[in-house]
Amino acid sequence: METVQLTIDNKKVEVAKGTTILEAAKTIGVDIPTLCHMKLEDTNFENNPGGCRVCVVEVAGRRNLAPACKSECTPNMEVNTHSVRVVNARRTVMELILSDHPSDCLVCAKAGNCDLQDMAQTLGIRQIPFQGEKNEYKSDESPAIIREMEKCIMCRRCETACNKVQTVGVLSAINRGFESVVAPAFEMDLDHSNCTFCGQCVAVCPTGALTERDHSREVLDAIVDPTKTVIVNTAPAVRAALGEEFGMEAGTRVTGKMVSALRKIGFDYVFDTDFAADLTIMEEGTELLGRLSKHLAGDKDVKLPILTSCCPGWVNFFEYNFPDMLDVPSTAKSPQQMFGAIAKSYFAEKLGKKREDLVVVSVMPCLAKKYECSRDEFKTDGNPEVDLSISTRELAQMIKNYNINFNQLEDEDFDQPLGESTGASVIFGTTGGVIEAAVRTAYEVHTKKECPSVDFKELRGMEGIRSATIDFDGLPINIGIAHGLGNARKLLEDVRAGKSNFHAIEIMACPGGCIGGGGQPYHHGKVETLKARQKAIYSEDESKTLRKSHENPFVQKLYEEFLGEPCGHKSHELLHTHYYDKKNVDKK
Amino acid sequence: MANYKNHVLVCSGTGCRASQGEEIVLNLEAEIEKNGLGEEVQVVRTGCFGFCEKGPVVKMIPDNTFYVQVTPEDASDLVSEHLVKGRQVERLLFTDPETKEKVADSKKMGFYKKQIRLALRNCGFINPENIHEYIARDGYAALGKAFTMKPEEVIQEIIDSGLRGRGGGGFPTGLKWDITRKVQAEQKYVVCNADEGDPGAFMDRSILEGDPHSVLESMAINGYCTGATKGLIYIRAEYPLAINRLKIAIEQARELGLLGTDILGSGFDFDVEIRYGAGAFVCGEETSLIHSMEGHRGEPTVKPPFPSESGYKGMPTNVNNVETYANIPVILLEGAKYFASIGTEKSKGTKVFALAGKVNNVGLIEVPMGITLREVIFDIGGGIKDGKKFKSVQTGGPSGGCLTEKHLDIPIDYDNLLASGSMMGSGGMIVMDEDDCMVSVAKFYLDFTVEESCGKCAPCRIGNKRLYEMLDKISEGKATEADLGRLRNLANVIKDTSLCGLGQTSPNPVLSTMDNFRDEYLAHVKDKKCPAGQCKSLLQYVIDAEPCIGCTACVRVCPVDAISGEKKQPHTINQETCIKCGACMDKCKFKAISIQ
Repeated sequence: METVQLTIDNKKVEVAKGTTILEAAKTIGVDIPTLCHMKLEDTNFENNPGGCRVCVVEVAGRRNLAPACKSECTPNMEVNTHSVRVVNARRTVMELILSDHPSDCLVCAKAGNCDLQDMAQTLGIRQIPFQGEKNEYKSDESPAIIREMEKCIMCRRCETACNKVQTVGVLSAINRGFESVVAPAFEMDLDHSNCTFCGQCVAVCPTGALTERDHSREVLDAIVDPTKTVIVNTAPAVRAALGEEFGMEAGTRVTGKMVSALRKIGFDYVFDTDFAADLTIMEEGTELLGRLSKHLAGDKDVKLPILTSCCPGWVNFFEYNFPDMLDVPSTAKSPQQMFGAIAKSYFAEKLGKKREDLVVVSVMPCLAKKYECSRDEFKTDGNPEVDLSISTRELAQMIKNYNINFNQLEDEDFDQPLGESTGASVIFGTTGGVIEAAVRTAYEVHTKKECPSVDFKELRGMEGIRSATIDFDGLPINIGIAHGLGNARKLLEDVRAGKSNFHAIEIMACPGGCIGGGGQPYHHGKVETLKARQKAIYSEDESKTLRKSHENPFVQKLYEEFLGEPCGHKSHELLHTHYYDKKNVDKK
Repeated sequence: MANYKNHVLVCSGTGCRASQGEEIVLNLEAEIEKNGLGEEVQVVRTGCFGFCEKGPVVKMIPDNTFYVQVTPEDASDLVSEHLVKGRQVERLLFTDPETKEKVADSKKMGFYKKQIRLALRNCGFINPENIHEYIARDGYAALGKAFTMKPEEVIQEIIDSGLRGRGGGGFPTGLKWDITRKVQAEQKYVVCNADEGDPGAFMDRSILEGDPHSVLESMAINGYCTGATKGLIYIRAEYPLAINRLKIAIEQARELGLLGTDILGSGFDFDVEIRYGAGAFVCGEETSLIHSMEGHRGEPTVKPPFPSESGYKGMPTNVNNVETYANIPVILLEGAKYFASIGTEKSKGTKVFALAGKVNNVGLIEVPMGITLREVIFDIGGGIKDGKKFKSVQTGGPSGGCLTEKHLDIPIDYDNLLASGSMMGSGGMIVMDEDDCMVSVAKFYLDFTVEESCGKCAPCRIGNKRLYEMLDKISEGKATEADLGRLRNLANVIKDTSLCGLGQTSPNPVLSTMDNFRDEYLAHVKDKKCPAGQCKSLLQYVIDAEPCIGCTACVRVCPVDAISGEKKQPHTINQETCIKCGACMDKCKFKAISIQ
């Protein structure tokens, strides 16, 4: 390996050629402050436009200061990361950025979680010497994401997430000079753009410019209303991340504490979305086997590969970008919508209540779920299957509002019947999990034999695009996995071009799957956080006695008592959906 | 082919065309036809002569009579007198301001005497829409000569000539070509930066309007040297005439096989495409220009990598500006030695400037490097308008600085201008007189930069806005001496931390005026006075009781009822109400109202 020797703050450093000053400084324990820069190792997210200029350092012989995040080390370079010149410049630049930023930290959704606020503290800024005009933009409130662009500092992280990682291409810088801001083309609202609401822009935004639409007030209103029975269900990835909001280490599983907290908040029934995830596997797995057997029987019209459909960001993405392939994904609804459909039919019947009297709240790691539950096809006579979807962050905020000492809570169990789940449904929360859960069931249904091992480790990992062939007792089944919409696009283009030999593909819109969702606690650029959450998911799976969806006794009971058989008439009515060509159609 | 006895050259640059240049051509043609001279006299639409102050210009060949400020109505006299009777039309000749004598030969005019026209050699001489006229002036001979040399030899010639980039940076051109040549790549590109954006600058436009082939030829020479087969000209869409002439030139060059495959049997392929810019100033910065051509937002990226290594579509790309290219054929045909004999030690050849502002002779000039500002302003420019006093000269556009009396005798070159706190820039030169307020001048340039910053980096996006606001505070009389310190610190930080050349130089007008006109700044902040009388907030209109006869004319014209007084008694102006519109002063017949 070719290396470069240089000195940073009078210390000799040797680094690989191509290393930036920022990275080289880290190796000797010098942390150069950064603001716009963000790099998620092992994913293709790297944002370093060199725009904020907070990371500038002095390089001997250079006329002006160099951005450490963007300047490669050269032989014998002499770098000073905190000369008077640097400190003055860094502080002045920060004062400039703050001079064009609203001072509403007290009521900002990002307070306490804001990279800009942190940097102002790090640099000890107590007053802003520059007074002048501040930018004003129209606010944009979509069903999932709120844009308050006065708070945008032009770090361009959202642009990188939207364009490079997700290839959605909605956000980019518009206007010039002082008026520059990141926005959809022609400053249209997100709701009228091709936005998938994946929320990855929100996940990386350093300030309160991009946040979720907060529904916690409406949840509270429902709980307070004595005429309503309020049912909550929580997605698998939530339990692997919620603890972070209470100072716990990333990857701490808090399922029992979360259930306990939800009861304290006042939900009438605390159920598990995992139950619906098991149901999803029954439907999606049956659909896969159905298509597969037709294919094996020589049916040329059957669509293979089948694509998973439980990720609403992904559904939006293919409706916009692959409208010619709407018959390829599974028609199975997402677990959130399956849960709502069952809660407002089967469970409402059990309670003897009308669906209007139930309020179904879901806690999701996701912002697209907020949009999903507002879709018209998921309503019966105007009444939605799921009334409100809140993010992991919003739940954490509610727990804090209730003055609940989360860390001291005793573990509690979910209510029944919609609270029972298997390990298969838990792993829905990570990339590769849905397809592994499907394989566990499909294998046994198809081969009528028990899986040799439930752990299909070949399907796990963090690679953006993965593939594996699973031996279904002599029948090789080719599986593809993609997470991040940019990776999904690649697989989909292969399918469109007829180059794909997969039988089934799992797609998750967010890098890492739901554990990296747009509604999760902010990772602040630490990719280790995502990895720890993934580990937590798999360990929860291992801790379960039942690890295959078709073994869930309450799911079995549901089919016996209510649905009939997977992919049967009633299932189709309640648990399956259809997709729309949105290429030229406005969302509204 | 017709064999004409006389040629009538009519300036058809954008400026003269705006002053009815085309009507002059049509009237001349009609008059020539009427007089039966159609076979003997040809009217030629040429590029800019440079002497815009006296445009539209018409020049008679072969006797070189130079007519100024010609109108379409003058066509009949020009034909019947000059062409038919052989008598000069006295009234259309240039009058020497000193001697008051009529001058017919442009070489004897102060404006032209000290000029050396290399880049502009064909402007105002040939029809830019006829490739044969270019060829008749040794056009494409340099390309032919290059083919007889090795690429390294051609580049060595450029290096030896000492030519430096005329776009503003002044990077040695030959060296740039050599870097591009040495990078191995499947495809390389030659880019011509014609995104001229400095306020008041029109050097590149004039070259493209007057001599487009010189640029095409040089781009092909660069392609031959660097191994690039594709040329791209990035030109702002606001230059329709230049675009049109470029298009014609490209077509004609293709027809003659001077662009395309196997040029002149050399086996070398090269073609040129035009790309339009939407008029963003930052796209004159080469990385922004490249991103704009790629269809992305016109924003710079951090260098390195330089375009010579990784430019258009990630391929090695040689970016030079129009004027730089226009010099290349001269170097190859006349030799590096000749070129290097002009200029100073480190700045060789000539530089084209758009001379503007408060000088008598506004126009486009090409002067040898090393000439002094005094010679440019007083000899070529003919001194300050209306006999006023020279105050400052601004070079380098929004990136440059304001120089003063003490800089007038410094030889103009890249390094001297930089050392004086300004820069060469692409060639804007604006002269200011005693009536100009330097705070307002700095504000004018900052206003431009605030508009034109791309917004990518924080110091340029927000810092320049704050600089502008601070200057505004000074001109409003609301700033203190301490603000001057803050202003300077901010200006220095913006220079030190901005991402690209735009932000790295945008505070120059502020810093140079603060350095060279400190007293004027102090007058604004300490005495709350604008010595030049430009900053409205610091002015007071007052009525002198003695000459005031109380006619009430001022009362009637004041839009805000700020003036009061008894009839036939001296009046007074209420300073609180006065909006300083100046209407009263204009109206007063007794000179009773003055500004203090």
